[in-house]
Amino acid sequence: MTTPALDARPVTPADGRHPMTPVPYRVRSRRPDRADTVTLTLEPVAGAAPPFLPGQFTMIYAPGVGEIPVSISGRARSGGYVQTVRAVGAVSRALCRMPVGSVVGVRGPYGTAWRPADAAGLDVVVAAGGLGLAPLRPVIRELAAHGARYGRISLIVGARTPSTVLYPRELARWRDENGIDVQITVDHPDRAWKGPVGLVTRLIDRIVFEPRRTYAFVCGPEVMMAAVAAELVRRHVPPERIALSLERNMKCGIGRCGHCQLGPLFTCLDGPVLGYDRVAALLEVREL
Amino acid sequence: MRPAAPEATREAPAAAGVLRSLEPLVAELRARGYTVVGPVERDGVIRMREIASAAELPAGRGDAQDAGRYRLTDRGDELVFGYAAGPDSAKRYTHPPRETLFRMRDGVPEEPAREAPRIALLGVRACDLAALAVQDRVFLGGRHPDPAYRARREALLLVAVDCAVPGGTCFCASMGTGPRAAAGYDLALTELAGPHRFVVRAGGERGAEILAALRPAPATEADLAAADQVARRAAERMGRRVNLDGVRERIAAARTSPRWAEIASRCLTCANCTMVCPTCFCTTVEDGTGLGDGTATRVERWDSCFTLGFTELGGAPVRGSGAARYRQWLSHKFSTWVDQFGCYGCVGCGRCVTWCPPGIDITEELERLP
Repeated sequence: MTTPALDARPVTPADGRHPMTPVPYRVRSRRPDRADTVTLTLEPVAGAAPPFLPGQFTMIYAPGVGEIPVSISGRARSGGYVQTVRAVGAVSRALCRMPVGSVVGVRGPYGTAWRPADAAGLDVVVAAGGLGLAPLRPVIRELAAHGARYGRISLIVGARTPSTVLYPRELARWRDENGIDVQITVDHPDRAWKGPVGLVTRLIDRIVFEPRRTYAFVCGPEVMMAAVAAELVRRHVPPERIALSLERNMKCGIGRCGHCQLGPLFTCLDGPVLGYDRVAALLEVREL
Repeated sequence: MRPAAPEATREAPAAAGVLRSLEPLVAELRARGYTVVGPVERDGVIRMREIASAAELPAGRGDAQDAGRYRLTDRGDELVFGYAAGPDSAKRYTHPPRETLFRMRDGVPEEPAREAPRIALLGVRACDLAALAVQDRVFLGGRHPDPAYRARREALLLVAVDCAVPGGTCFCASMGTGPRAAAGYDLALTELAGPHRFVVRAGGERGAEILAALRPAPATEADLAAADQVARRAAERMGRRVNLDGVRERIAAARTSPRWAEIASRCLTCANCTMVCPTCFCTTVEDGTGLGDGTATRVERWDSCFTLGFTELGGAPVRGSGAARYRQWLSHKFSTWVDQFGCYGCVGCGRCVTWCPPGIDITEELERLP
């Protein structure tokens, strides 16, 4: 994977095409994951899917229903985007029901990317809450593929229940084959669960890293990200080495609809991936 | 930091003429295929509507504007621009309230035919010219330019008028955007009384061509001096003012101020301010399907940061309180807009003050912030 540069941020070419018009993509495969999530592989009806950087997202349009931002979790062997959707609203439910062969609209990729190159030579902590593992998947694959470039690599994952832990087979592979310290905690255990219970922040005690020489990738619900980042900073991980992926209501993905503003930032253009040094003060303000 | 005023979009050459009536101008514009849209009196308000003749302009009418108040008055003179900006700005002609984005049939999205209507706006104020320059930054200045906006913007012919009678809620002089139309117009008028006449100047080739076709009498030194006086006197009679010194930083530092909750106790979160604002650009989308014909349609329409659904995320709004929503709006206009676009999101037109039902005054609230 190449080094994501900030100036590689997406641009709509001035070719007369409206930036809100999607490109038709076909649902090539559909894999129900756990509980209420489905992983889709989407390929352009014509041509190739544009390159993406880990952490970027697309706007996926369910015809007649609506459009939502969905992070890209990887590239399929066929060249399409692998994207995981959790059925929580009208659009995501419609997308989760899309049969193989149906056509959706895709715009993007948009937004800023994780920068694994910035973590080279450092210990790495990846912290995921719930569906937050989906946008982190491409960065974990990069870490797994080039483990020698980094120090100790830890992945801490929080989920509601054991059955909602995303990508369980890959988690096992990352642990068993790639030497990543994978720790999982759940809010609500079932009888078979023998692992930790509670917030993902509690897993920070169970992993080994040298804080002043650590880089962290964090994605999940905002309260979870704020708690993880604050705990890492308390242990002297530099704020500029903690990258978060923020989520806001988005209608356009291109700084046009105004919905995703967080203070001076457009989450879609300036984010979703942002350094904790830039957003810590903003996240502290209620209802900003 | 004091951000630059929005850049001029066209240069204004000096040559000026004098017209005794606007009838030849309206006729010339119509002959050139323009739909002429100008100020007319409708339901006790000056609105922008299509006109066929200069006789439809509201001669002798003035207005009294204050926080939450708008009344037409009789001036007892022949001025046709003797009032301040009404609720309509140029925004609806460049950034329409509703716009079909595309229609999807058999999995193929089709954009609507992009025919930008030839509209000539007559009587555009300096604040609204500045607002168009702000909009240009939003829709054309970034990484995702909007070709539909560009087409409408380029087709729009702008006949500006220097404000002679600023309203009670106007503060363009504070914002550095008026009252004189400085740039961004095709033609600019200054209305003079005794005798009633218009000094006309052209900005750019399109305006110069129309001005030449009108064969106006050349403006005398006395005409030009009188025209200068109009804007100078108007600047001295602004109904409101704001102090921009450090305003961006002051607002950013006031995010947790109790003032927001106090303002929210009066705010109806009705979104009127955002609807009449000439720079507010936020939108949402509406989706629909044809009845049994397999088509899906997307429409983009104006939205407002004052609505509860604006920040809905996972079933709950991020900005649930009225305080948070008012803070977002005012902070955007005078603080974060500067971070995002390098200019203020306010041009000092005063519409949000006039059309706020409980009369919340943005200039007063800015003054009261800690």
